[in-house]
Amino acid sequence: MTGLTITGGTLIDPVADEERDGVVHVDDGLIAASEPEFAEPLDATGLHVAPGIVDLGVFAVDLPAFVAGGITRAALMPDQSVPLDEPSLIQRAAASGKPDVWIHPIAAATAGLDGEELAEIGLMQRAGACAVATGKSWIADGSVMLRVLRYAAALDLTVITTAEDAGLAGSAVATDGEASTRLGLAGAPAIAEAIAIARDLMLAEEAGARIHFRNVTTARGFDLIRDAKSRGLPVTCGITPAHLILCDVDIGPYRTFAKLTPPLRSADDRDAALAALADGTIDVIASGHDPQGTEAKRLPYADAEPGMAGAETLLTMSLGLVRDGRITLSRLFALLSSNPARILGIPGGSLDKGSPADIVMFDSDAPWKIDSEKMAASAGNTPFDGLPVQGRIAHVIKGGRLVIDRP
Amino acid sequence: MSSAASHPAATPEGAHPFPHGHLTGIDGLQPWEIAFLLDEAEQWVALNRAATKHDDRLAGLTQINAFFENSTRTLLSFEIAGKRLGADVVNMHAAQSSVKKGETLLDTAITLNAMRPDIIVMRHGSSGAVQLIADKVDCPVLNAGDGWHEHPTQALLDALTIRRRKGAIAKQRVAICGDILHSRVARSNILALTALGAEVRVVAPPTLMPPAVERLGVTAFTDFDAGLDGCDVVMMLRLQTERMKSGLVPSAREYFALYGLTRERLEKAAPDALVMHPGPMNRGIEIASDIADDLDRSAITEQVEMGVAVRMACLDVLTRKGRGVEGWV
Repeated sequence: MTGLTITGGTLIDPVADEERDGVVHVDDGLIAASEPEFAEPLDATGLHVAPGIVDLGVFAVDLPAFVAGGITRAALMPDQSVPLDEPSLIQRAAASGKPDVWIHPIAAATAGLDGEELAEIGLMQRAGACAVATGKSWIADGSVMLRVLRYAAALDLTVITTAEDAGLAGSAVATDGEASTRLGLAGAPAIAEAIAIARDLMLAEEAGARIHFRNVTTARGFDLIRDAKSRGLPVTCGITPAHLILCDVDIGPYRTFAKLTPPLRSADDRDAALAALADGTIDVIASGHDPQGTEAKRLPYADAEPGMAGAETLLTMSLGLVRDGRITLSRLFALLSSNPARILGIPGGSLDKGSPADIVMFDSDAPWKIDSEKMAASAGNTPFDGLPVQGRIAHVIKGGRLVIDRP
Repeated sequence: MSSAASHPAATPEGAHPFPHGHLTGIDGLQPWEIAFLLDEAEQWVALNRAATKHDDRLAGLTQINAFFENSTRTLLSFEIAGKRLGADVVNMHAAQSSVKKGETLLDTAITLNAMRPDIIVMRHGSSGAVQLIADKVDCPVLNAGDGWHEHPTQALLDALTIRRRKGAIAKQRVAICGDILHSRVARSNILALTALGAEVRVVAPPTLMPPAVERLGVTAFTDFDAGLDGCDVVMMLRLQTERMKSGLVPSAREYFALYGLTRERLEKAAPDALVMHPGPMNRGIEIASDIADDLDRSAITEQVEMGVAVRMACLDVLTRKGRGVEGWV
């Protein structure tokens, strides 16, 4: 395989937490220390050169969207039409993206994701599962969750949980507040999240397990995570750009594209999320990619499916956080790439020698407009439709191969 | 300051009296637009009391009443309103047909639209469903109730009733009492009455009070007696029996004891307080029979009467553009 020598760009190194000018050598699918014998030059002048995005939490294998979004590795949530609760399903999912994107399937914690019986977590780990997840819903039975955590801890797997108290959340489609009241939508109190986090933190501590809260969105939730981290517990948490940028007011006149899980929160909670981003409480920004066609979205709000197609807007929306001065570029790529790789225990997230040559190169200033009609994703359900944004991907390299090349 | 400028219900100079293609809710209406609909309704009150109750301004127009949720009173009211204006009125009882699932709602809209109606009156069990249809069809859409969201003509008929009985809406102290959380009637009334300058209170058990309801400009009470204090209008809401099944209210007798309107309790309100109810009433659950039937205090039958007039006004105003009425094209 021919190598590559990437010159002229600004390297973003999330591991060293710095930006620097430099050259990246690619040889045999890996990042090399020196120029390979046969190397094609790639001029990255004016571009940023960063490790490919490791997306911790997608709900569909949507390769065109991942490639367009600079996502070189995607952790697939077990919530599939057939839940990923047995080894053969894991094996098949793991092979479904190659060579353009590596899909890292996450094992269902319980059979059928119904929160009752342990799934074959050990066998699924052998088949390639990199973590265990409760799925889109919380495991309501504390004794089942404790078993999952103990079992995963023994196998050295991180447990990824969705924190939303099932009883309080009920059939709610919004967060309790002025917006839910004005729209006449069934709401659940925002503390449904913190209550679930509090329980799961105690159970994880009891089990000695690593736990990752996939999407934390409330002030009370962040307080609990912050406190657990200060006590040295192996706790991490993530969020999506939508929950950092939007709030319940953005549901507007029943915009089902803004119907998400968890539902959009109050402006105060959104501000708390931005604060948690700045102070290091948040470890991961993920797309939560969940494409839903018009037949699932063009419905009365309560009947529409939740979820957004987030993969190809993940980088550009996150770059807005850098532009607003909330985080640095190198910290952004810790959130998008190196932290998720570390949490999942998979390669990637680094430009160091010997790392897989998963690289995204982008012009952080190039303007464009998000258009739900023109997305690469299998459906265009984005709450950011019509938004003018900055940051355009020029090249994506996956395992040493150029999968996007538009200089 | 001129009296027109100080009056929230006065149409500002140069403003169109009602520049909206649909009536999906009170939300988004200016106070003077609400007042305009009430003013328009007055002529229909007079007509409806005449021997011959007919006008033919909607002659040749087709009005479809698309009801995706069961209704007797509201459907009848809209049907009479349309017929008294000369429209060809067709009722679609979607709640009893195959069109029950949300998946087919847009298809239904496209089908209805293809039949070239001149106005669609729609009721649906999901909040926002009427807006969804309004965005898809070519004719005006009138919301006859969507989920917990809005029921604008109910608020208009209530406002008209209050205005006629009390002489004005501004400064009236109005208590809306009962299941506020699930009530589209409450939401539309809160919006309309606060816009017209009333002092609005909501009274509900804590389990049936919407979150952050005070942000809508009302004062919230869980104590019925305190909420009733000095009220000029007491508007009772129907308690759906499923609220008891789902554990939001312990029992009918407890509800009546704490939140039922009795003659004794009505003493807390102003001496001439008006009692209202959107119907159908649960006698002995939210309201005692003797109050409901007291013609001096209860405006309940008058509300029904005003309902027809207000709906005639809405049908007339919404179809003016399509009929090419001068100033509305």
